[in-house]
Amino acid sequence: MSNGKTAIQMSRRRPAWRRRLDYWLEHGDRPWRVLLLLATLGAVVLVAAIAWKLWELSAPARHEFGWDFISPWAPQTWNPALDRFQAWPAIYGSLVTAVIALVLAVPFSVAIAIFLAELASPRLRVVFNYMVEMLAAVPSVVYGLWGIYVFLPVVVVPIGNALAATLGQVPGLSTFFAGPIPESGLSRLGAALILTIMITPTITAVSRDVFLAIPRTQREAAFALGATQWETVWKVLIPYGLPGILGAVILGFGRAIGETMAVTMVIGNTTGGGYSILRPGYTMASIIANEFAEAVSDLHAAALLEIGLVLFVVTLILNAFARWLVWNVNRRYMGR
Amino acid sequence: MNEGLFAQVDLPRVYRRRRLTNVIMLSLTGVATLLAIVPLVWITVYVLMKGGQYITLDFFIRLPRPMGVSGGGVLHAIEGSIVMVLLASLLSIPPALLAAFYLTLYPDTLLANALRFSTDLLASVPSIVIGLFGYAIIVVAQKHYSAFAGGVVLAIIMLPVVIRSAEEMLKLVPRELREGALALGAPEWKTSLAVLLPAAAEGILTGIMLAVARATGETAPLLFTSLGNDNYEIVRYIRQGIERNQSVFEILGKILAEPTDALPLTLWKYAQQPYPERVALAWAVAMVLMLFVLTLNIAARAWLARAQRRRRGA
Repeated sequence: MSNGKTAIQMSRRRPAWRRRLDYWLEHGDRPWRVLLLLATLGAVVLVAAIAWKLWELSAPARHEFGWDFISPWAPQTWNPALDRFQAWPAIYGSLVTAVIALVLAVPFSVAIAIFLAELASPRLRVVFNYMVEMLAAVPSVVYGLWGIYVFLPVVVVPIGNALAATLGQVPGLSTFFAGPIPESGLSRLGAALILTIMITPTITAVSRDVFLAIPRTQREAAFALGATQWETVWKVLIPYGLPGILGAVILGFGRAIGETMAVTMVIGNTTGGGYSILRPGYTMASIIANEFAEAVSDLHAAALLEIGLVLFVVTLILNAFARWLVWNVNRRYMGR
Repeated sequence: MNEGLFAQVDLPRVYRRRRLTNVIMLSLTGVATLLAIVPLVWITVYVLMKGGQYITLDFFIRLPRPMGVSGGGVLHAIEGSIVMVLLASLLSIPPALLAAFYLTLYPDTLLANALRFSTDLLASVPSIVIGLFGYAIIVVAQKHYSAFAGGVVLAIIMLPVVIRSAEEMLKLVPRELREGALALGAPEWKTSLAVLLPAAAEGILTGIMLAVARATGETAPLLFTSLGNDNYEIVRYIRQGIERNQSVFEILGKILAEPTDALPLTLWKYAQQPYPERVALAWAVAMVLMLFVLTLNIAARAWLARAQRRRRGA
């Protein structure tokens, strides 16, 4: 157009085949849409491929051991020399560390979220937001290193000794708190406490957003009825945001189950240890991290891949549950 | 009337109790917040001090010495991290952006919802499981560990992070901008690349920076894909390649085909060795890694906050 011709004149000067090609390609939009579709399909297929590969490669272990592999009641042997594998000790380790971490982290995180959303000034909120995000961004190996050399001896061992001396003596509870905790502090308790620190930022960030999303009118209505600020939080905001907080808890649980490096470094890595949280153990993720590269037989590798499959399925269920929660909340509050 | 109704209730006492509960519980939330800062400060300060003690120039420019000998550095891991994270970025960013465009173009189709679910799932699948997958599809096929396999698994880790943030950012671009471009006769691809992408560039770059930070700190997926290699040295590979008159592609292939260390992988291995020199190196690595990841995070978030403020102001 700068040379004095209209767009139509310019396009007329293109050869006919070029115009027909442009028309067929919709001026490049047809290939563009194919490209978008390919990328999207690729990402979806990738997830399916992960599931399928784990399923396929764990076949020897699945055929050999069946459901006994993940059963708490089957004999618990993990013996690469005899080629007998049973995953319950690792599953128990994952469950017990994640549950302890959740029990400790959830009240904390919700309290912090209340502070950030309801009490803190905007400026203070920004500063704390940065801190929470930083805590979440520290690589997991750094937590592990700090865990081995600082956290275990300084914090975990004294707590472990105290637990063994008190709860360990109570009949019934002594199975779970049987001491002594190893001198190095390598134990399920150490893993659970490190996980507590690691999942607190996740749960805090999500529940903070939940509180911030609650409409102002809810608070004003409660204040108008004469409620104190705490009563507003406890009787109005928390019940209102409960599904969201539950979502945060699920997210935290998923992170705790999947966390690998920090846990591998502090849990001691053994399939023994009974049920006591003061003894070293394994989690599903840490047994893979620790043994897969040196798997002695095909069955050993397949057993570890089956543990990977279990981890994948657990993640799938947690995600589906979280989706369902969100969908349910939307339907209830927004009439969708 | 009032007095009759409340004659049995000691109102001042109820008020006092409620006010006291209020103050106590609200202070407790503040205490919880302060307590949560303790581990952050503790880790950061401890790692920075301990790592600072051991860091030297050699750390950045030398290969590790044999076990039990002091000195040496982790050049191999720095190079390995750079190679693998670069490869992961190249592999993950273009498809992630395309998928994000798909999500903004067709937000409610079945495939879009399938993609959102897959991205969420991919983001929460334990990274060790992705490592197993990388082992199964690449290492088994090639029969050796390699930087390539490490780059691919890191790309899978980065993919959901980039898709999600890009989708969020593209959604924020005003509808009129897109409609204006289409009304001028621009095809969809040109609208996406020349109008939507620049408009959302700051946010998308922030997401990419966060994804890079995440990939740099990942260890678990590299355990059985890149494995580790104390002698990884790019300069040597290039020099050898030139001596043998190899093409650029052959040299690149060599760089990608070797087993490779990365900073977090080195940290993990050295932290558990019984030699104090190696543990000292591990602390130094932890410091460098933490500084890098935290700087990238803070920079990304500060930049995004500034961009959003400016847009709101304009």
